[in-house]
Amino acid sequence: MTSERDWRGFLFVAPFLLLYSIILIFPLLRGMWLSLNQVDLFGKGHFVGADNYLRLLNDPVFGTSLLNTFEVTLMIVPPLTVIALALAMALNRASRSAAVFRGIFFSSAVLSVTIVTLIWRFMLAPDAGFLGFLAKGFGAEPLPFLSDENLVLPALAITTIWWSVGFPMLLFLAGLQQIPEDMYEAAALDNAGRWASFSRITLPSLRRTVVLVVMLQTAAQLQLFGQSQLLTAGGPSGASRTAVLFLFESAFGRWELGYASAAAEVLFLLILAVTITQYWLTGRATAAQDGR
Amino acid sequence: MTLELKSVRKAFGTTPVLDDVSLTVESREFIAFLGPSGSGKSTLLRIIAGLETADAGEVILDGRRIDTLPPGSRGVAMVFQHYALYPHMTVRENMAFGLRNARVPRDEIDRRIGDAARVLEIEPLLERKPAEMSGGQRQRVALGRALVKEPALFLLDEPLSNLDAALRLRTRVELAQLKQRVDAAVIMVTHDQAEAMTLADRIVVMNDRKIQQVGPPLEIYSRPANTFVAQFVGSPAMTLIPAQMVEGAQQATLKIGDGTIVQTQVRPDQLPQWANLRLGLRPEAVRVGGRGKGATKGRVELVERMGERTLVYARLRDGQQITAEDEGVSTVKIGDEVSLKIDGAAAHVFDADGTGYHRTDA
Repeated sequence: MTSERDWRGFLFVAPFLLLYSIILIFPLLRGMWLSLNQVDLFGKGHFVGADNYLRLLNDPVFGTSLLNTFEVTLMIVPPLTVIALALAMALNRASRSAAVFRGIFFSSAVLSVTIVTLIWRFMLAPDAGFLGFLAKGFGAEPLPFLSDENLVLPALAITTIWWSVGFPMLLFLAGLQQIPEDMYEAAALDNAGRWASFSRITLPSLRRTVVLVVMLQTAAQLQLFGQSQLLTAGGPSGASRTAVLFLFESAFGRWELGYASAAAEVLFLLILAVTITQYWLTGRATAAQDGR
Repeated sequence: MTLELKSVRKAFGTTPVLDDVSLTVESREFIAFLGPSGSGKSTLLRIIAGLETADAGEVILDGRRIDTLPPGSRGVAMVFQHYALYPHMTVRENMAFGLRNARVPRDEIDRRIGDAARVLEIEPLLERKPAEMSGGQRQRVALGRALVKEPALFLLDEPLSNLDAALRLRTRVELAQLKQRVDAAVIMVTHDQAEAMTLADRIVVMNDRKIQQVGPPLEIYSRPANTFVAQFVGSPAMTLIPAQMVEGAQQATLKIGDGTIVQTQVRPDQLPQWANLRLGLRPEAVRVGGRGKGATKGRVELVERMGERTLVYARLRDGQQITAEDEGVSTVKIGDEVSLKIDGAAAHVFDADGTGYHRTDA
């Protein structure tokens, strides 16, 4: 009786499981297998064991791309979180103009990466770009954002923050609306200034949202690809090559599928490790705050 | 400490909510703002607290104008309807928050929290968070948070409305006891007349953007200023019956629709005009059974047995509804024709504008 019931229950989830297996589980396992082979797009390839991984260890290009990835993620996530929170707090009101600005700040999120990079290429170009124009207006030398090794990652970060700020802002807005208004009224009667009500009421109430935004954005930005591919193609001299751009070039530039798969597995494990660490850290912080 | 409201006005957009409200609250006085929803009573409380700004008028506490000050600098403490405890702080931190912001020394904070916790019997809860407490416990903590500030004026916004019936009665008694201990005035907003009657030294009845009447509970009950107060205070509501003046020498003697003559103890010369008068009768002014002057008959439509008394809703011969009272062990049934005796001495008279006139006590 129960086994029959189990079987029927399985029928209900079967369509999803099938799709899930085909488009997620299979590629995942296939990728792992590929990473142990030397393959191109045309031949059958052959098993090489851990050779791809050993090669990655000694590949300075891959090493640099990983460093670039973490560097740009660090440049993006903290400011993005702060800016999204600040925007949400500024726009968390019922006025018409606030609604308009919410729409405007979210609108960049619906653009494709192609458009975004196009816009920012115009913005960042030193001779004709908007930032160059501004710099000249102040009598300063325009900064060569896209051709200076030290400026290209900040340029990528600015572009990405502009593109990605909408969704975290929405998450923060949703979080802010959960805070009852009388909490702030009580704080006003308790003589709390702006900083005290922010740090003792708003921030603690948004803790989960902050954690969510940081974790989602970290995982997303560690996979940053389109912006660096389209804005600079990883240049100048690899200064903006991210890990995903590296594996894209390996797979579809040099047709080294096995090698690219190995790089993908390494990146996957790194993202997993970062996410688990963040989860563990916030878990401990929550426990400390709850006094348990 | 005295609180003075001078010609306070407030509108939300084009909707006026308070219209020229003036009031004086004496020190250690317990005041209840009583009125239906939308009467402006909560807005008035929030204006005193500083959570709303008045469009015009002044709020003066101890001779100091406070309506220009931020809420925290006014020397008032408020208990919110939904308590508004800070969810991420323990009870102790909740109570200390305002004091820390006001830079009260640490040992003074500890002393005040200790005292308040003892009075409110919340000592075992001090390290808990609001989510770990019952509604009644949160209510006490909210009171405690107000108490530790040692304010000149407590503002309570429907403090009992979120408690169940049994707890509400108990808390009402405790609130009355608490009032005896603190050296401050209290203003409580409520729509529950029983709360207002039992707790307040004076009741401020509000309706339709205005103060309708201010007075001690019994005066509000026995000498309602107008038909609104007469019908809003007292349960069940006072019956109002259109009446004509038949003889106005010493006492106003009125005739109602079914021909019954009621000799009131209202002096007729008080009444500005004699047209469109209404006779106001509380249930206890109309007894079931009885003969003589002011006696009439009615058919019973509904009987409410309250235990110590029985309320009889009847209809007079001319169709006028009337609420009468009978003793607790009453045999009256629906459909019975009963004799009703109207006690003219306990009757009120209202003129065409709704203004009330009452017996002139010696």
